[in-house]
Amino acid sequence: MKISMFHLMPYRDLPKDFEQKYHSVWVDPPYTELADSRKIGQYYNWTLDELIHAADKGIDGICVNEHHQNAYGFMPNPDLMGSILARATNGTDCAVVQMGSTLPTSNPPIRVAEEYGMIDCISGGRMVAGMPLGTSQDVNLCYGISPIEQRERYYEAHDLIIKAWTAKEIFAWNGKYFKLPMVNIWPRPIQQPHPPVWIPGSGSLSTWDFSARNDHCYCFLSYWGNNFGKRVMDGWWDFVAKGNHDPNPFRAGFLQLVAVSETDHSAEKEYYPHIRYFYDKCLHILPEYFPVPGNQDYKSLVNSVTKLNPQLFDLMGKIPTWKYKDFVDNQFVIAGSPATVRQQLMDAVKKLRVGNLMVLLHIGSMPHDLTLKNIELFCSEVLPHFRDVWEGEWENKWWPEGMRGPRTKITGNGAAHPAAAR
Amino acid sequence: MATKQQQLSVWGDKVHPKVKVQGAGAPLAYLHGGYGPIETELVDELAKHFTVYAPEHPGLTSGDEDAYKALDDMWDLVLFYYDLFDKLELAAPAVVGHSFGGMVAAEIAATDPTRVSKLALISPLGLWRDDSPIKNYIVTPQADLPRLMFKDEHHPAQKRIILNPEDQPGFIRITWALGCTGKFMWPLPDKGLSKRMHRIAAPTLILWGKNDRLLPAVYAEEFKKRIPNAKVEMIDGGAHMMPLEEPARVAGAVAKFIKG
Repeated sequence: MKISMFHLMPYRDLPKDFEQKYHSVWVDPPYTELADSRKIGQYYNWTLDELIHAADKGIDGICVNEHHQNAYGFMPNPDLMGSILARATNGTDCAVVQMGSTLPTSNPPIRVAEEYGMIDCISGGRMVAGMPLGTSQDVNLCYGISPIEQRERYYEAHDLIIKAWTAKEIFAWNGKYFKLPMVNIWPRPIQQPHPPVWIPGSGSLSTWDFSARNDHCYCFLSYWGNNFGKRVMDGWWDFVAKGNHDPNPFRAGFLQLVAVSETDHSAEKEYYPHIRYFYDKCLHILPEYFPVPGNQDYKSLVNSVTKLNPQLFDLMGKIPTWKYKDFVDNQFVIAGSPATVRQQLMDAVKKLRVGNLMVLLHIGSMPHDLTLKNIELFCSEVLPHFRDVWEGEWENKWWPEGMRGPRTKITGNGAAHPAAAR
Repeated sequence: MATKQQQLSVWGDKVHPKVKVQGAGAPLAYLHGGYGPIETELVDELAKHFTVYAPEHPGLTSGDEDAYKALDDMWDLVLFYYDLFDKLELAAPAVVGHSFGGMVAAEIAATDPTRVSKLALISPLGLWRDDSPIKNYIVTPQADLPRLMFKDEHHPAQKRIILNPEDQPGFIRITWALGCTGKFMWPLPDKGLSKRMHRIAAPTLILWGKNDRLLPAVYAEEFKKRIPNAKVEMIDGGAHMMPLEEPARVAGAVAKFIKG
């Protein structure tokens, strides 16, 4: 299987009373009160260094994503980061997983086709094309798109990007939201007919249906543990079956928070404050902001309100009183010694039937050095035990074609970019 | 006069709104606000004076949820209402709307002035002033909504607008109504009405609550200034949801104006 390191690029130094003093980490936390641009410059550089470090240590892929107006994770254009990562990891067979440019806010969407084309070219065909619908906070509140139109725009943008990559002839696009007289993308990706497409989701019926119909990899990005995750992934596998697709585990991606230390005890000591920071501060989002009414279509709304929300609200309500043990026991975070993490992660991967795992190895306020340590322990003590999972049985058709086989260039030369050598 | 519910097929058979028809007398079309058809008592009161036609906004009718997709923008929505008037054989009814419904009513009256005999706008949305920004009630924290919308923060009708996860059908109904009406207002309730309002020919009543905390009274003056034949009536102590809190008083003012 393939395991990629995900990075959110959060603000690592919010005040202690942040969640008491401010009503949301997203949309309207006041920048001038809370943020320091010099610190942020340091965070971006640390983020890049951490991902490049993971690539050098043999991780299969490195992921960045797009969010706006928040302290939770703010790479407003993930392709700026992705292009640096592509350049810095040349010489490795680490994938550059863009999870990615938010389609409904990229106008016109051929901008995504172009930027992804650039990254695929710079990286020599190592890119995975994530195509997120975008959060309600980002798309509706920060970028002003009508909630009820978000999905229609998304579907149209997706179809336009795929056609822009694959059409041999120049074409006119007469869509509902986008009208372009002569589409003729320069550059096109190296990967043909186009890079593998991953669709991040949060349990919407419509996203399952869309991913299954288009034969894309569905990725559940969850912070709520793999019991809740199992419920969502089971829903996905139902749609895969209904769509008459095979149950190839590589159709499924899952994001898991992971923290590795020498012992279970030292893991608690090192990581608990940052886990607390992440759940208390980074996820402190005003409920009215996610999602905004209209963001879910009617069927998904009914499904969320009657099936998913009661369970999710119940879980979220308990978090403020939780201790480290609760986060770990409920597997919101898989943390501990290498042996503990190996065993729990393996169980989760099998239970969820996931072939493309993403691990969040930087959590909340984690400082740079601790992040590097987590990366090193994960890559040396955990990752090698997962390389053979699902391999031989199934083909990872959702991975860059040139890198689907066994890893050959496990570690990079670290010399491609000065940042990587630090 | 009995109330009857009609389901129509409008807009090239793509939208199937339910229309409540109630009362007797001259025809009056009532357009509900952003939370859906919750102004029941106001419609009852108006029906004492008029034959009231109260349609549901596209997408709100049970079983017809995808209908919102057939209408792209305010221009489509206005034309949709002319189609609906035709189906109901309403040449030029009095048109009354509250909040979002008031915004739509003003657009209908401005686009084809011959289709509206008299116009009553109850705390309408539709204009924007940078010096008096309008709070986005769709994402206002639930705990702040009663104070923003009601004179009496404990008024029982507030459950018609508050999202309560314990009441799943209510949660779905309110969320969906905000989504479907929000389509025509997002991200700000200014879709260019100010450029078109000079076309409104119908005598117009602008009814405003003096204590409307969502839409400050400066907006009443803004509407009056731009509509050629308009008068403003301020309701003492009235809040944005005065159709729910004081239906008889609101209906009385509207009826007096339309009949006068």
